[in-house]
Amino acid sequence: MKLTVEANLADPDEFYAMLIEAHRDLSDEQSQLLNAKLILLLANHVGDPEVLRQALDAAREGIA
Amino acid sequence: MGVFQNPVFEYVRSPDQDAPAPVRHAVAVVGAGPVGLAAAIDLAQHGLPTVLLDDDSTVSVGSRSVCYAKRTLEILDRLGCGERVARRGVGWNAGRVYFQDIQVYSFTLMPEPGNRRPAFVNLQQYYLEEILLEQARATGKVDLRWKSRVVDLRQDGPGVALRIETPDGAYGIVCDWVVVCDGARSPLRQMMGLECRGEVIRDRFLIADVLMDADYPVERWFWFDPPFHPNHSALLHRQADNVWRIDLQLGWDTDPDEERRPERVVPRLRQMLGDREFELLWVGVYSFACRRMERFRHGRVLFAGDAAHQMSPFGARGTNSGIQDADNLGWKLAMVASGMAPVELLDSYSDERVAAADENLLHAARSTEFITPKSRMSRTFRDAVLLLARSYPFARRMVNSGRLSVPAVLRDSALNTADADLFAGPMTPGAPAADAPVVVNGELRWLLECLGNRFNGMYFANGMSVLPGEVAAGIASLTLDRIPVETRVVVEPGNPIELPPGVMKLEDYEDLVAQRYDAGPGTFYLLRPDQHVCARWRAFDAQRARQAVLRATCNEPGRSD
Repeated sequence: MKLTVEANLADPDEFYAMLIEAHRDLSDEQSQLLNAKLILLLANHVGDPEVLRQALDAAREGIA
Repeated sequence: MGVFQNPVFEYVRSPDQDAPAPVRHAVAVVGAGPVGLAAAIDLAQHGLPTVLLDDDSTVSVGSRSVCYAKRTLEILDRLGCGERVARRGVGWNAGRVYFQDIQVYSFTLMPEPGNRRPAFVNLQQYYLEEILLEQARATGKVDLRWKSRVVDLRQDGPGVALRIETPDGAYGIVCDWVVVCDGARSPLRQMMGLECRGEVIRDRFLIADVLMDADYPVERWFWFDPPFHPNHSALLHRQADNVWRIDLQLGWDTDPDEERRPERVVPRLRQMLGDREFELLWVGVYSFACRRMERFRHGRVLFAGDAAHQMSPFGARGTNSGIQDADNLGWKLAMVASGMAPVELLDSYSDERVAAADENLLHAARSTEFITPKSRMSRTFRDAVLLLARSYPFARRMVNSGRLSVPAVLRDSALNTADADLFAGPMTPGAPAADAPVVVNGELRWLLECLGNRFNGMYFANGMSVLPGEVAAGIASLTLDRIPVETRVVVEPGNPIELPPGVMKLEDYEDLVAQRYDAGPGTFYLLRPDQHVCARWRAFDAQRARQAVLRATCNEPGRSD
């Protein structure tokens, strides 16, 4: 399967607000833990290792 | 039960020390630990005498390795001492992993019944070594030399010259082959200027063996961040005679000399064990590396066990992989030494066991990253997995407290004959033969004990009332080859089929042999002397079997020269 990179969220502004809201009042360390849990939950939901590999590659791109 | 006292074996002057010139031997094995002993016994069973050199004069001080996997027990069965090890130790199949004070994961390693051996037997290393020593002595072919330290090794074309230091002076011997099993620091490897590459893990662990009466089940218990040892991991495991192994993570910034002092150790254990009475028997602080030599054969010198590869202890892959090294090497070295196979067969030892070491190292590295995360982010993900594991089953499967040793499948070995027929299941060429219960002459036996340590065939004659003439003739002709193949015939229970004299009939009374080997009437399996599958077909053809034996011994025409 191919990683979906076309717009797929019905209401992107709403999701973005939810994401920021989830981190409200957290220390950097707590936020990192939340992000890590979120990634693991979503990765399990996706399941397909090929899609996950593409997502990891896309996320890493341009960083180092 | 008494506390173990290390025996002291007497140093005995060898007649070699009084010989006018260095005496020649077929094989010297250096290091009388579990791997060296297993190698010497295996070689002896193949008719090859060995000189076994050890710089000490006792068995393991402290228990060190503890868990012996099913495959190791099966190898020890072949060496004639599996039953003693299994009886002396405690068998177990299950483990639990805790995060703080709740269980987040549990596993059973052997769901399948119909195996002679459990997933693991725990036994102190010194008891394993005592049993192996007894077995080595019983062969009459192992010349054990205590207090004999190899101080120099020189390899020229036809042999290896060893210089050996003893309490009454040094002497030399010359060997056709040297098997090096002298442990992780391997003085011989260093003497030869050979490297063991990989990484040293920046963490330290306290291991303690304690004597206590406890009614915990015989399971492997592992904690991340337990209340009694916050922010670190802990492991509890039972051994024989009410001795328990405790392994506590300390972190890198700790002073090993300080940490092994009983005044430090006892309070730590008290935290864990509460008011329970215990006696501290032995304590050590260790750190470890994950690395291996580039190859395990260097001319006439062969490396095995920790000398060749080292890894994190959390998968019980150290001694178990070392014993598998010995198992892989024994028959090959015996065949090369007796001229039955070219030296290339010893390169296959290196190729097969390097591949196995890489598999072990991969699993060890992953467990290590989970137990000792190398970066802050790695630590964050580890903690995230543990937190999720409290509520969600998917995360429990990510919890990695050590994936326990399973035998290597030598899938890519050049000694295999690739499948031409379709088979399902795990008994692919390169796989270690699965065990199953069988009946022989009305007696309940195990398949693996009926196979022995030569090339073996397994012919499935389920449902047949007579053995086809060409099969009977082919099976008989294979026993007469230069490298003989002895075939067992597998049938359904009660089948009265007449077999030629000397051919063992195995009644597959639970149908597990046929199931585990995905075999039907006419299927033929060829097994190596170390009981790994090397070829299989849906129909028997002696010529193809013969060809597969040549391949499995590097004797194929045009290959060895």
